[in-house]
Amino acid sequence: MKKKHALTTRLWHWINLVCVVVLFMSGLTISNAHRYLYWGDWGFAPEQAWLAVPRFPGWMTIPGHYNLAVARDWHVLMAWPFAVGLLVMWVAMLVNGHFWRDLRTTRTEWRPAAVWHDVVQHAKLNFEHSGGKFNFLQKLAYGVVLGVFLPGMVLTGLAISPGFEPAAPWLVDVLGGRQSARSLHFLFAWGLCGFALVHVALVLLSGPVRQVRDMITGGTA
Amino acid sequence: MTGSIGRRGFIAGASALFLGACNKVAESEAGQSLFHAAQGWHKAAHRALADRMALAREYPRSAISPFFRGNGSLTVDSDFYRAQLTNGFADWRLEVRGLVKTPLSLSMEQLRALPQRTQVTRHDCVEGWSAIGEWTGPQLSTLLDLAEVEERAQFIVFRCADTYAGRKYYESVDLLDAMHPQTIVAHMLNGEPLPEKNGAPLRMRIERQLGYKHAKYVTAIEAVASLEGIGEGKGGYWEDRSGYQWYAGI
Repeated sequence: MKKKHALTTRLWHWINLVCVVVLFMSGLTISNAHRYLYWGDWGFAPEQAWLAVPRFPGWMTIPGHYNLAVARDWHVLMAWPFAVGLLVMWVAMLVNGHFWRDLRTTRTEWRPAAVWHDVVQHAKLNFEHSGGKFNFLQKLAYGVVLGVFLPGMVLTGLAISPGFEPAAPWLVDVLGGRQSARSLHFLFAWGLCGFALVHVALVLLSGPVRQVRDMITGGTA
Repeated sequence: MTGSIGRRGFIAGASALFLGACNKVAESEAGQSLFHAAQGWHKAAHRALADRMALAREYPRSAISPFFRGNGSLTVDSDFYRAQLTNGFADWRLEVRGLVKTPLSLSMEQLRALPQRTQVTRHDCVEGWSAIGEWTGPQLSTLLDLAEVEERAQFIVFRCADTYAGRKYYESVDLLDAMHPQTIVAHMLNGEPLPEKNGAPLRMRIERQLGYKHAKYVTAIEAVASLEGIGEGKGGYWEDRSGYQWYAGI
């Protein structure tokens, strides 16, 4: 029987969830260590900052009190399953056809009328759609997350590491300097947080028990 | 409103449970060794991906930040240090000792007479900020070659004059970073003698690692076979005091 979600998709989904939650919460502790974001190569004082970030409370951070060393321990550890998992998921999606079949958009889907139709159906909470597995807005959201935000987290994270920079100085250049990479790391993280909130809300609105069960067992196509 | 308080209560409860579980893992022996292993994987990856002697980025002079922030210790609290500040560190000595064939005790004048390296580099603090400055000083490799480091030496320890929150500052690197061409004992910042807040008269530059490795107010450079028995044995002030990663290239 054909499964709705491939085994690699399901495994990755849950491993990635744990990684992202730990990385996000330990990242908020790291943000608390210096709550200013800059563009360019350098920046160390509020007057150079483009954003003063609020201090995140203990219930949002790992650990639950300020400890930069422990936060970095978690961040440094979970970066591995996060990055390797993403790479494996991409290879699996390209090989098993998930990407070509379900995620790739077509030119007709980008027509304003078609996009508008999708937006209206979402607003009406009508999640029944014919044809492919995902509608256009889903493809767009998953595409941005898998193609931009998640790899963006890995690349900007690498670019912030002083020990990695000599291996690929061009990466830091492409991102606009180390402090720009740090700012983008922060923005992508909140982009992922925004996706997660919408994702969970839509799961709750569209039969959460069935959705979560299918992401565990695979369901039926 | 009860709904929203209930929801908030649920999130707070879930967060407390999750944080408790994270603490359990972090404090366990297995968790600690996993953290330690992950740090090693990053170091191995960095050193596999780039040439071991690959340089940290160097900038043109025009990129230098308007001033260079001081962090951690901003001075040394001793009469000797205050006296040296006013007489241009005439009596300051840098010792090179430990597992070396020829121990050295060098004056500032002798250090300035050695071949010098000048580099405009970016300083990245573990907190997240960066500043760019121009540093000048002899390469550590020059000093280690002069002192003839013994075969069994594995690490180079930097001894410092400053105490921070009642503890002696110190740091250490392995020989790969010690012999790196950009690892210098800097006595100048932006063409001027090193300012007090930035570690006068001497500070290390370990350009491929975070700021806490760049020991300030350096008094001695020590070649050792092991970090055990030095401080609390974790290889540096912040490593001992707060559990910071010894490899600070991440």
